[in-house]
Amino acid sequence: MSAIMTVKTDETKTETSTSEKYKLHAKNVSVFYGDFLAINNISMNIKPKSITAFIGPSGCGKSTFLRLFNRMNDYVDDFKMEGKIKIDDANIYGKKTQVEELRKEVGMVFQKPNPFPKSIFENVAYGLKIQGIKDKELIAQRVEKALVQADLWNEVKDNLNKSALALSGGQQQRLCIARTLAVEPSILLMDEPTSALDPISTAKIEELIYQLKQDYTIIIVTHNMQQASRISDYTAFFYMGELIEFDKTKKIFTNPEKKQTENYITGRFG
Amino acid sequence: MINIEEQRVALSQIGEEMLSLCHNQVQLAYEAFTIFDTDLAEEIIRKENRVNALDLKIERDTDRFIALYNPVASDLRFALALLKINYNLERIGDQSFDIANHTVDLNQKLVPELVDRMQFNLMYETLDSMFKDVETAYINENIKAARKVFKKDKIINEINTNAFNIVAEDAVKHPELIRQYLMALVVMKKFEKIGDLLKNISESIIFYIDAEILKHKKKK
Repeated sequence: MSAIMTVKTDETKTETSTSEKYKLHAKNVSVFYGDFLAINNISMNIKPKSITAFIGPSGCGKSTFLRLFNRMNDYVDDFKMEGKIKIDDANIYGKKTQVEELRKEVGMVFQKPNPFPKSIFENVAYGLKIQGIKDKELIAQRVEKALVQADLWNEVKDNLNKSALALSGGQQQRLCIARTLAVEPSILLMDEPTSALDPISTAKIEELIYQLKQDYTIIIVTHNMQQASRISDYTAFFYMGELIEFDKTKKIFTNPEKKQTENYITGRFG
Repeated sequence: MINIEEQRVALSQIGEEMLSLCHNQVQLAYEAFTIFDTDLAEEIIRKENRVNALDLKIERDTDRFIALYNPVASDLRFALALLKINYNLERIGDQSFDIANHTVDLNQKLVPELVDRMQFNLMYETLDSMFKDVETAYINENIKAARKVFKKDKIINEINTNAFNIVAEDAVKHPELIRQYLMALVVMKKFEKIGDLLKNISESIIFYIDAEILKHKKKK
């Protein structure tokens, strides 16, 4: 566990440990963009080494909520947050939190693959070099490990110096996943990671996500209901900034508690 | 109405048609057997083809619904329940078909006292009422009506058990009627089976409406 674990505020010391059961813990979280209330009083606990899908119509707040976990919203003008978010026992919005350390711990994969205009090797090694790792052998080992984990190694091992931009869309997305894995996070945030991919590439990424669950806690935002039901253990349904329902995926997709959830997943609104 | 809703309504209507057709087959089977009407029996035998055709249509359309519309939650439960309901209805059709064939094979009217003693009337009235409950439950998504079926099935089982004892006693007294007694028992067993199948259908309707699985549960 990296430095984020060592960052503890006074508040966390006095509270009961949540790390035994939950990896991520959000409590009474609200988000404002200026006067606009984007997230309204959401609490959620996420178990380690599980896959949680965030679903909901566009603008419901699911991506905003996802980006709270690695403080990506900090860059948004007029962003303001209330409530508390902890990873293990550390309050990630505490004053002592080192955001760079947090982002090593919490990797992110975006909707469109965004490789750097560099070689395949350089793309994966990028994060390690930023961290100040200079040992070439260690970097090579970590690059190989990340590419293997991302199920890309066999396809690129003979062309590591080739430009990453020459890869197909699906390969580029797996490269971005490898780049994220190389810095050895414990949490992966994925914001619609397959929405720009064809069905074969989508299937490969889904299979990969499923494999990664053994080592990582994964949260995925998706508009694809079948994807959510295929790969996730838990599903959270958001609507207009509210968390309407959060439960085991098999419950949500067979017998949801709330009518709004039922209407959304069956395609009757949204 | 969105497309999946339209498809579901269309499927539900075919299910309703199958229910009504099988209900009618049981009505005819009762009449044909108890009043010995071979015309009615032959009508049942002819209509069995329609039952089979509808069975195949429901199966094919439901498979297509699942494949093309990826139903979830209540849509998925409906599709799964409809497949089971259809399977049980088709078997009810088979039971009616068998009763019709037995009627033709027996080739004689049952002695009225035997019909009364074995309570064929009560058996049929109970089955008819169970069918009506199932239809109400299916069409109006009425769980209360579905649950009534379980109690009524106990009446059916009791009549069937008693019939066995009656035949055991009476066949000794009237050995000349042994063929009628045996055939009456066989047909009674078929009606009893229809009761069981209606109970299965009620379980599927409750699963669809309430996501509650009652299969193999003693208390329903």
